[in-house]
Amino acid sequence: MITPTIGPIIETHDLGRDFRVRDGLRRRTVVAVDRLSIRVEPGEAVGYIGANGAGKSTTIKLLTGILMPTRGTVATCGLRPMADRRRLAREVGVVFGQRTQLWWDLPVRDSLRLLASIHALGRVAERERTDELVERLELAEFLGTPVRQLSLGQRMRAEVAAALLHSPRLVILDEPTIGLDVLSKQRLREFLIAERSRHGTTLLLTTHDMGDVERLCDRILLVDRGSLVYDGTLAGLSRTVGAERVLVVDLAEPTPDLADVPDTRHLGSEAGGMRQRLAFDPESTTAARVLASLSDRAELVDLAVEEPEIEEIVRRIYASRR
Amino acid sequence: MRTYLRLFVAGFRRQSTYRLAAFGGLVANTAFGLLKVALLFAAVRTSGGELAGYDVAMMSSYIWISQGMLGSVNLTGRTEIADRIRTGDVAVDFLRPLDVHLASVTTEVGRAVFALIPRGIPSVVIGALLVGMAVPEDPWAYPLGAVSLLLGIVVSATTVYLVGVSGFWLLETRGVALLYMVVSGFLAGLFVPIALFPDWLRLVATATPFPAMMMYPVDVLSGRVGGAAAVGLVALQVLWLVLTVAAGQLATRAGRRRLEVQGG
Repeated sequence: MITPTIGPIIETHDLGRDFRVRDGLRRRTVVAVDRLSIRVEPGEAVGYIGANGAGKSTTIKLLTGILMPTRGTVATCGLRPMADRRRLAREVGVVFGQRTQLWWDLPVRDSLRLLASIHALGRVAERERTDELVERLELAEFLGTPVRQLSLGQRMRAEVAAALLHSPRLVILDEPTIGLDVLSKQRLREFLIAERSRHGTTLLLTTHDMGDVERLCDRILLVDRGSLVYDGTLAGLSRTVGAERVLVVDLAEPTPDLADVPDTRHLGSEAGGMRQRLAFDPESTTAARVLASLSDRAELVDLAVEEPEIEEIVRRIYASRR
Repeated sequence: MRTYLRLFVAGFRRQSTYRLAAFGGLVANTAFGLLKVALLFAAVRTSGGELAGYDVAMMSSYIWISQGMLGSVNLTGRTEIADRIRTGDVAVDFLRPLDVHLASVTTEVGRAVFALIPRGIPSVVIGALLVGMAVPEDPWAYPLGAVSLLLGIVVSATTVYLVGVSGFWLLETRGVALLYMVVSGFLAGLFVPIALFPDWLRLVATATPFPAMMMYPVDVLSGRVGGAAAVGLVALQVLWLVLTVAAGQLATRAGRRRLEVQGG
């Protein structure tokens, strides 16, 4: 039942939004989004990243017809979000990590029924889709529980079910894994991957979690102060800023600094050389190759690879621009 | 249409989860009802058993019906939509393929109609048992009264919605809500019947939607106003309904363009 779209699912031209904020007695204008031109094709999975206050949430609200643009144009699913808000609402599902779309004092089941009715799902479609989501998001155990009594992990799963109940073509997730434990994050990501491969859903998500981006997104849009500063793959982004990985190795006995391992940079030693940290660039070598050279030099007991934090990448990009 | 009916039911069911609050409300309503009995009965008796067309039995009907409506007619000025605009949760409402105005009002009316069960009906029964009251002789007063009661509840929801959406323009709506609370209760006839007002004040009251929320339904239900005059009051309620719905539609449309939800 996915209607084929001709053209992009998201298209903006020089999109901008200002806010007027009170600064003591004076009012000043804050530019939340500026000259944003993006194009997302159906079926893409896009990570929309940037520091806090970079304009990510505002962009989402411009895309979905919640906020009116100050400048520029925006089309979502071929519709004008402000004018066609109600039609667009049938095509888009949004999860706000910080807000609930469930009815706080009603059981989860009632919220899902109400939303099915709001989206005018037929009885059969409602049952099939609800069953599918209940099974794949594992909602069965708390379907009868009022939302206010759910744990955060349970609530997020219910939120995702609520946003996806009407099988939207475009799913927008604003910080979907914020505050979730590792297992809940993992489950949610697996669900989203499955949903995408089954239904060809387009995904746009904002996140601070590198794991979300690595597992879910094949394209990254990076914003700084409301403007787009990078559009491409994650690997490309790491390349741009030279994101190094760090290999931490525990050795069997105290060892002098391993400064001569090819393609690595020795960062430091602890415990008299029993723990050493080596940085390497994943573009020029691999963790396996580094390990091979290491084991020629010392006996390894344990190891860990540290990923670059998304904040770190963002910070480096920002720094290079200022 | 079916969707809005479901929202009505949802409002009804949500309210049903707050039983203790409903009981507390009933206790407060009854206590203030008895206070009104003491004051207003004394006023009727000192003026020789009749005051502006009210005898003691009719005054009792006025008191207990109006007290019973307090859980359903919003005379506090505080609404969920005001909170949702202030916190930005209204963003979620705009994500639904619904008319935000009608959805908000329908949910509020569902809540209000539910409140008749634990607060409205018991209040009238308690009053009738404690002090007795007048009942209408004309059988038409009952169905017409029910319609008038429902219209009163709906007009209250559509009017107070306007206070809530002033939040699109104002940073803080608590001042407006407070003003609404002071004015609406008085002009709706909560404290004394509007018939007891001086002429000029009665004129002011009838120029507002407030009597349509409480005074008119009480007049129709108690049988104080009957026949064609009662139909006239219901027609006046319909007029206020149309006006407030139109204002709500316009305000929502204009307010949406001004909405500022920053962050989150």
